[in-house]
Amino acid sequence: MHAPTMNFPILSMLIFVPFVGAILTALISKRRPELVRLTALLCSAITAGLSIWLLVAFHKGEAGFQFESQHMWIKQWGISWHLGVDGISLFMVVLSGILTPLVLAGIDPHKDNKAYAGWMLLLQAGCIGSFLSLDLFLFFAFFEIVLVPMYFLIAGWGYENRIYAAMKFFLFTMFGSAFMLVGVIATAVIAKAGPNGTVSFDLLDIANANFAVSTGRWLFFAFAIAFAIKVPLFPLHTWLPAAHTQAPTGGSVILAAILLKMGTYGLLRFGVFLFPEAARWSRPLFLTLAVIGILWGAIAATMQKDLKRLVAYSSVAHLGFIVLGTFAITTQAGSGAVMQNINHGVSTGALFIMVGMIYERRHTRQIAELGGIQSVAPIFAGVFMLMMLSSVGLPGLNGFVGEYLVLIGSFGTARWWVVVAAVGVILAAVYLLWAYQRVFQGPVNDDNRSFAELKFKEAALLLPFAAIIIFTGVYPKPMLERIEPSVRAVIAHVEEKTGYVEPGPVVVVAPAEESHG
Amino acid sequence: MIDLQGPPIEWMAISPLLILLGAALAMLVGAVLTPAWPRRFYALFTAAAAAAAIVMTVIEWHRHRAPRLIIAQSMRIDNFTLWLVIIVVGAALLSTLVTDDYLEREQLTAHAPEVYALYLLSSIGAIVMGAANDLIVLFLGLEILSIALYVLAASHRRRQQSREAALKYFILGSVASATFLYGVALIYGGSGSTNFSEIVTSFNSLIPVDRSEAMTLAGIALLMVGMSFKVAAAPFHFWAPDVYEGAPTPVSGFMASAAKAAGFAALMRVLFYAVPQFRDDFRPVIWVLAVATVFIGSVMAVVQTNVKRMLAFSSVSHAGFILVGVEAAAHAAGSPAQADGVLSALNYLLLYSVLVIGSFAVVAVVGRKGDDATDLNGFRGLGRSHPALALAFTVLLIAQAGVPLTTGFVAKFGVISAAVDAHSYALAIIAMLAAVIAAFLYLRIMVSMWASEPEAGDDDRQPIHVPLLTGIVIAFTALFTIVFGLAPGWLIDASKHIFP
Repeated sequence: MHAPTMNFPILSMLIFVPFVGAILTALISKRRPELVRLTALLCSAITAGLSIWLLVAFHKGEAGFQFESQHMWIKQWGISWHLGVDGISLFMVVLSGILTPLVLAGIDPHKDNKAYAGWMLLLQAGCIGSFLSLDLFLFFAFFEIVLVPMYFLIAGWGYENRIYAAMKFFLFTMFGSAFMLVGVIATAVIAKAGPNGTVSFDLLDIANANFAVSTGRWLFFAFAIAFAIKVPLFPLHTWLPAAHTQAPTGGSVILAAILLKMGTYGLLRFGVFLFPEAARWSRPLFLTLAVIGILWGAIAATMQKDLKRLVAYSSVAHLGFIVLGTFAITTQAGSGAVMQNINHGVSTGALFIMVGMIYERRHTRQIAELGGIQSVAPIFAGVFMLMMLSSVGLPGLNGFVGEYLVLIGSFGTARWWVVVAAVGVILAAVYLLWAYQRVFQGPVNDDNRSFAELKFKEAALLLPFAAIIIFTGVYPKPMLERIEPSVRAVIAHVEEKTGYVEPGPVVVVAPAEESHG
Repeated sequence: MIDLQGPPIEWMAISPLLILLGAALAMLVGAVLTPAWPRRFYALFTAAAAAAAIVMTVIEWHRHRAPRLIIAQSMRIDNFTLWLVIIVVGAALLSTLVTDDYLEREQLTAHAPEVYALYLLSSIGAIVMGAANDLIVLFLGLEILSIALYVLAASHRRRQQSREAALKYFILGSVASATFLYGVALIYGGSGSTNFSEIVTSFNSLIPVDRSEAMTLAGIALLMVGMSFKVAAAPFHFWAPDVYEGAPTPVSGFMASAAKAAGFAALMRVLFYAVPQFRDDFRPVIWVLAVATVFIGSVMAVVQTNVKRMLAFSSVSHAGFILVGVEAAAHAAGSPAQADGVLSALNYLLLYSVLVIGSFAVVAVVGRKGDDATDLNGFRGLGRSHPALALAFTVLLIAQAGVPLTTGFVAKFGVISAAVDAHSYALAIIAMLAAVIAAFLYLRIMVSMWASEPEAGDDDRQPIHVPLLTGIVIAFTALFTIVFGLAPGWLIDASKHIFP
């Protein structure tokens, strides 16, 4: 395997550029708001550019980690600054890279722009860092550090109940992290995977270690609790609706698109990959919780009166699909899950942006107070429809490809769970279409008569989302080519460690888009 | 005539103590005999003496000498002792700088020399406690430290709460001292000596029959009660919130750092150097103390409304974390394998001392004239009016919550690794869960600073003024927190030399 290396430390730069940007924005005087804005935009745009460069330079078809860079950090503890990217993390890094400049440029926080931009950049650095880390300690540090900017974004720029929501978010996640920290340390100490039996926190070292069966299970659960809260998996999801609803639009977007994915990404990278035996052993539990989440999220979303809360609950359902795909332990389902990470990020992110626009115009998120917007602002309604259908999983749009792969890939190994989960696909159509009907159709009341049409700036913000949605939906091959080998490698690792044999893929005549195109 | 011959004294080894003592006496006598010196002179003189003591310690440290017993085997000079000296004297130095501005604001400068002399004297007591190789010497150190602290707690003479705090501390502290002394007596009865080395040997050569170690066990229990009181471990923590709240704020910071460090050093000296053979008996006790302390500290901290009380309970919870390290060491008490746990506890003490002194320095500033505005409301809107101060406090609080890339995390990581290494998984998880509860407390303070809207009456409060020296201390502690949080390697290397 020839993992490409570059002299330019692109992965480290992806973390440092936004981090330095955060410091710079903090240092610039409050009286120069235009300079603050310029610096923040520039730094996040450079990061976005780097992430796109990474996407272009990435060697498709290779399973291993690319652009690896490793430097000793705390050598006394066997901790190194070890970064690397593979097909599983690549698209999450790119998404983190491009979302932040979009959010900074397109969404007005309405107050104290300087601190807002600083926290956003710090959040970007933390998110990218956690997807790139190949060291358990480093990963934990980034995983935990993103809580701080997110906490301040919710508490500082959120809506009426923001303090409660921010606290709940911070404490729930930290509760999980408490287990994970002990898990991280215990894993490294027990594995003693470094050279000459020293303690090493390196993911690749530890992946080759063998744990006793019960030890591995305990360690797996220490990690899994943290990730299950982050995802969030039923019944640990209660922080999510509160945080999403109260967060400012920009915060909701990043939270849904990226932060939640740290949980699903962690389950695959640090759960299934590090502890294959435990992951297989606990499969029924996670599959069941995932399916409950799909149904529960859908039913709860149907009942919501608040549009933003509805979208938040739809996240619970969507993330259930991703967990289902992760624990199906087949290449197909795993690839679908990784892909669905991105798809959900894009479509739900766009939905949150549009709900934010509705709030800007009407100062309410209550579905009952909206209605008939379609006749006043047809373009706005049309774009919303596109994002919503992507979320529903309409064939031809990105959501379909991921969901389809998850369901078909899981069918061989988790048949009855898939049967139940498939109901969730229908329910998604129910609650989203019903919501659309109530918000955009029907008679216009007086308050909505002056609802402004989509502005050029808003359209420019939503354009990248729409482009990704349609491109991935019609032509998912470039994405799958990069994701699949890495997922296959994880499954092969599970096979090697546990003697599991992946059932042959369910034969699909051709890539998804042709089966109905 | 009796021919008295004292033991040989290694003057160099105790030079930090001599410097501190000399400076304290010189200041007390000098202040009485000479007219008033210019402002800041006493504080800077004290700081210089402390700095000199630290320099001597660092020189001694770099000589890499084997541990040795000095002055008729009554004191043990090893890197453990030197590490403690750096914590305690460093705490005294930083607290002195904060205290100078505090006394100026509260118009107490007339008493400045006494206060600084008491800082130096209590530091001596703290060091003697940690360096003791004899229960009697340990008791002397305990009393030197405690009596100086009783007076320091009362040093805001016009403030009712300050006097009340001192009286409470004095009465409860005396009971604890008495308990400790009784423990010393019982150990003496059980082993025939008060010297650690002789106590260890006596148990090595003695095969206990018919439960004859009962007296020793009772003695150990009483000693642990006395120490637990000093470090504010639950259920012996009840004095801490009242005293921390009433005492002048910089003094509270000094108590939470130096006195706690001394208490833990003494606890570890007694348990691991005098009675390590009883590790299976005292380890479960430490386990229970640790669990009770992290939980009671965290839970009680959350329901407080006064920031000084919050920090007091949070300091109780931190004591619980340090006990986790002690428990890890107790698994292997008496053998070289205890080093990991002891190191993690000592490291925690150093890092926490910096955090807590910085935090109390911020509270001292926000307390405004009269030192009364330390309730949570006093911090409302600090983020708007004093962003730099609020940012520094945020860094200190986030670190105390144990967020990565700060020293607070490095400290927690150390004790948790030690616990995991010693297979105390349950304790590690319990402690981390308690840390989540405690995080709520730090968030409450941050919310008050950054996210609370101003309320009626806020405008009537006096403006906050950050004096120079206090500002320097706060900036230093915040920077220390970040720098050693990002790159703890140097510090870890240094601490490894404690047990070469």
